[in-house]
Amino acid sequence: MIDPHLHHVPRLGRYPSRFRLAGTPVATVMLGSFLTALPVIAQTAILPPFGLLILLSWRLLRPELWRAWIGLPLGLFDDMMSGQPIGSAMFLWTVALIGIDWIEHRMVWRSYRQDWLIAALAIIFCISGGLFFARITGGGSVRFILVTPQIVWTILLFPFVVRQCARIDRWRVMA
Amino acid sequence: MARPPSRRPGINRRAQYSLFASYVVAVAGAAIGLLLVVVAMFDPTGFAALRIAASEISRPMSVTMKSMVSGVGSVDEVLAAYWRAGSQNVSLRRQVEADRNRIIEAKAVAQENLRLKKLLKLVDEDSSDLLTARLIASSASSARRFARLNAGRWQGVRPGMPVRAPEGLIGRIHITSPNSADVLLLTDTSNIVPVRRANDNIPAISTGLGDGSVEIRALTAGRNPFKPGDLLVTSGIGGVYQPNIPVAVVVRAQGEIAYGVPLANPARVDAVVVERIFEEAVTRPGPVAPVGEEAQAGNAVAP
Repeated sequence: MIDPHLHHVPRLGRYPSRFRLAGTPVATVMLGSFLTALPVIAQTAILPPFGLLILLSWRLLRPELWRAWIGLPLGLFDDMMSGQPIGSAMFLWTVALIGIDWIEHRMVWRSYRQDWLIAALAIIFCISGGLFFARITGGGSVRFILVTPQIVWTILLFPFVVRQCARIDRWRVMA
Repeated sequence: MARPPSRRPGINRRAQYSLFASYVVAVAGAAIGLLLVVVAMFDPTGFAALRIAASEISRPMSVTMKSMVSGVGSVDEVLAAYWRAGSQNVSLRRQVEADRNRIIEAKAVAQENLRLKKLLKLVDEDSSDLLTARLIASSASSARRFARLNAGRWQGVRPGMPVRAPEGLIGRIHITSPNSADVLLLTDTSNIVPVRRANDNIPAISTGLGDGSVEIRALTAGRNPFKPGDLLVTSGIGGVYQPNIPVAVVVRAQGEIAYGVPLANPARVDAVVVERIFEEAVTRPGPVAPVGEEAQAGNAVAP
């Protein structure tokens, strides 16, 4: 019996295409943002921001993949898909990525737990920032308690999403 | 695991400049994002054009998926209905018998109403319906409550139009694009609807709470007049919603505020009706309106 993992072993002299290398992470983040097109009429903020989760997973999994400005185009797409005011995720995602760079400069030893902690901080920052932006752009008095469940299960979902990204990453780098 | 070394450009000048430039771009872009949010503070629908592309692309997929999963939202109701089906059946039958008389009375009242309206030569209320469409998606990951409607500007939908279901009010149109529109749901924290109590006309204002319920504040002085079980309907004040659309039922009264649950659940309704803005529907020259007077008025205004 052939080990199913061997399907991904690169053949000699073959490399994955540039499009696959660079495009896969971007496409997965956009797909995550696109999940709001699901036909669910939500009464409250229930869906975790999958775009943000996948972005953080790729960033923490592959630090050399993106520069901080990648938050701008991906954030713009997320703003168009979610009901947030345009510019909200553009700002929050980019600031979160710059913050992760800053933390990385200071933290010498890092493991999976620190990654989860960093992601949790970024998720709290982005969701509560999004709430603040929704409030000042005519959203009325949205209470913070409304998004706390969303924050909690977004943080709890991070390990799962990171695993899926690692799985996609294995396919991505193998020709 | 030690920190990956790739972020350190080392002594390579080009790599240093490239890293620096990427931060300059990121910070400048973040500032632009902040600026867009500030613009949205003053003009919330300003960048609607940017959303058009996204909503037009996602619309066919949402429509397809909606037609596949239609009915999933009410699965829990179907399962719950099997619980104590027998006793429920008996009580429901009794209720139907009790309601039958009331329906006959209501029909008589409706007929009388129609006759009186004809006497007064008011505009027929049925002409306010614009079209029927479905809600296909929503802003499930945001704190705002928007739903996407499967009809847009090309179908005649305009911002501000009320959206209702047979059970009650759903919300109003916020942004339109050629084939879809965003509906600001009744439960959004910025959606304010003038309502009144159905049985004694006490005026109040309903504001969404963002969690599927609404907050109701009475406009009368004194203590909170609302009790659990009170039915609220639109009052027609403000000229957006036509009067007597069911809005919510009060479930809890606390201090000066009463909390209500909307009668129409956007996740359960199959189709929604987009109506013309009430003021336009009333002032529009309908088929009932006498033509002669209008012509005279036109002549009087024209030089």
